[in-house]
Amino acid sequence: MGILIYGLINSLDLILMSIGFALAYGVSRVPNFAHGALFILGGYLTWLFLFRFNIPYLFSALLAVIITALIGAGLYRFIIIRVRGMPISEIIASFGVGLAILEFLRWTGLRGTTYMLPSFFRGGVYIFDIPVDFQRITIVLSGIAILVFIWLFTSYTKTGLALKAIAQNERAGLVLGIDSDRAAMIAVAIGAALAAIAGIIILPLGNIIVETGYEVLIFAIAVSVCGGLGSLKGAVLASFIIGYAQMLTVSYIAPHYHFVVAMLVIVIVLITRPSGLFGKQKELEERV
Amino acid sequence: MQELRKERLDRGVKVRSESIYAISSLKEIMFIIGPGLLLAALLLILPLFVSSYWQGVLKITGVYVLLAIGFGFLANYVGLVSLGGALFVGVGGYLSGGLNYFFDLPMIVTIPIAAVGGALICTILLLPALPLRGVYFAIVTLVYPMALSRIIVATGAFRGTDGLPGLERFPVGIGPIYLIFIVILICLYLLSRLVNYEDFGLVLRGVKDNELSIKASALHLTWYKIQAVFIAAFMGCFAGAYLTHLYGWVGTSLLAQDFSILPVAAAVVGGPGTIFGPLVGAFILVPISEAMRDYGTLRIVFYAIILVIFVVFWTEGILDYLKRKYEQFEHWVEM
Repeated sequence: MGILIYGLINSLDLILMSIGFALAYGVSRVPNFAHGALFILGGYLTWLFLFRFNIPYLFSALLAVIITALIGAGLYRFIIIRVRGMPISEIIASFGVGLAILEFLRWTGLRGTTYMLPSFFRGGVYIFDIPVDFQRITIVLSGIAILVFIWLFTSYTKTGLALKAIAQNERAGLVLGIDSDRAAMIAVAIGAALAAIAGIIILPLGNIIVETGYEVLIFAIAVSVCGGLGSLKGAVLASFIIGYAQMLTVSYIAPHYHFVVAMLVIVIVLITRPSGLFGKQKELEERV
Repeated sequence: MQELRKERLDRGVKVRSESIYAISSLKEIMFIIGPGLLLAALLLILPLFVSSYWQGVLKITGVYVLLAIGFGFLANYVGLVSLGGALFVGVGGYLSGGLNYFFDLPMIVTIPIAAVGGALICTILLLPALPLRGVYFAIVTLVYPMALSRIIVATGAFRGTDGLPGLERFPVGIGPIYLIFIVILICLYLLSRLVNYEDFGLVLRGVKDNELSIKASALHLTWYKIQAVFIAAFMGCFAGAYLTHLYGWVGTSLLAQDFSILPVAAAVVGGPGTIFGPLVGAFILVPISEAMRDYGTLRIVFYAIILVIFVVFWTEGILDYLKRKYEQFEHWVEM
């Protein structure tokens, strides 16, 4: 029972971490390798506003999300747009930006136990005799809320539909008067905002440390590769598979291994089904 | 009155394309091979005239040069972006360190074994990503070094976080510098022969630019990628083994971000699309980074920013720029 509940929590964790990456890749085809850095940046900015400027928690979180979204938009507008269509340069440039952010934060002293976000609500409840604290319940609820929000956004709003159109067929979208660069910028910005939201919700469980940034990037990539790069449905399913696989290894083999599980998932998926579970690309296209 | 006009130095030497020359005098031969010879001579003379601190820096530079050349070769000639030079360094370093520590083999045995064996291990590890598009190679190379260092810390293999101490070390002096510089020169020479004058190089360019043409020629795409990765991994693993015996110590720091990002930055700064560019880039960046050692991880921020600036705004790189200028030198000739 414990594995079931904590597996669910872990899966929603992974959904939160990876959904922004999957969205940005699905729409703008930009592999945003700065994703992990934006995750940490969201948490760090919240901490900064909360404890240095004494802004209430809710507002500092909101400010952090907005700033991170702006950084994401800027990342696309000023850097990635110039290397659009060259996957090698896109990866190097976005990874470079992410690395610069993370290592700069490390230099300013982001390590150890100083940097810690308080949980939203104290205490916890017992579900089938398993103790679960409110922060983890928040993760589950907000994960579901974000999924619903993204589904509503991409199915019922004009911008969301435009994003979907560009993802499905860029040329047809251009013919219909959708500005593909603007759509991509919005997608990267939303991806960045989702990364920041995930950071703010997940980070109260531990300390804000730089290594988490790299981990989040790897987990996001593992989920996206397993689900098929660019497929949101696949990403959700993959999160559950990896989430439960991690929980099982952690409880039956040894802790410390959830990173290795992510790596194994990537390698196994690449060998057996390179397009992922719900890959938009056909398998032949992935195999050059 | 005698009339003069300006003429470009390379007129008459350069015919039609980048690699075909019409040479009619010793002067023209010097025009073409001069820069390369100058570079080699500089590499060989430089260690004699620097203080022992800078000799240390030169050794580290040599390690990064090898990694950068490997990265540049894979990225520019095969179209595979490796974000994990640390994987090569780590595997090579741990292999030679392990052989030295557990089996007491001398380093004259461990280094070659580590270079070849490590390259084999790395190639096998990277194999799943090779039949696929380039994005997946970048992903897999990014994941491995981090995962390996987690595994080493978690299982305590190779004595975990403490590392293997007391390994055999290179003698003090300029010997080790020459070892790595000569390896670098040999690698550069062989690689530039390979990519410019052999069929193999032509096929590799095809792999990068147009996979379909390779398939249409009934060549085994993945097999060519495997060979290319082996070459790059060989250089990286040698660098790792060298580093191990330089410090006499192996630890998870061999899998650190520095070894992944600096070679990328060096290759991009030096000049993508050339074999020699990464060398120039590494010789510019590594001394700067050594000078910044006191600032801790701010160094990584520094190269990351340089990297982004070059990728986005100055894709030509330093070497291509210099080459263009060199060929545009003009001199006065009589009409």
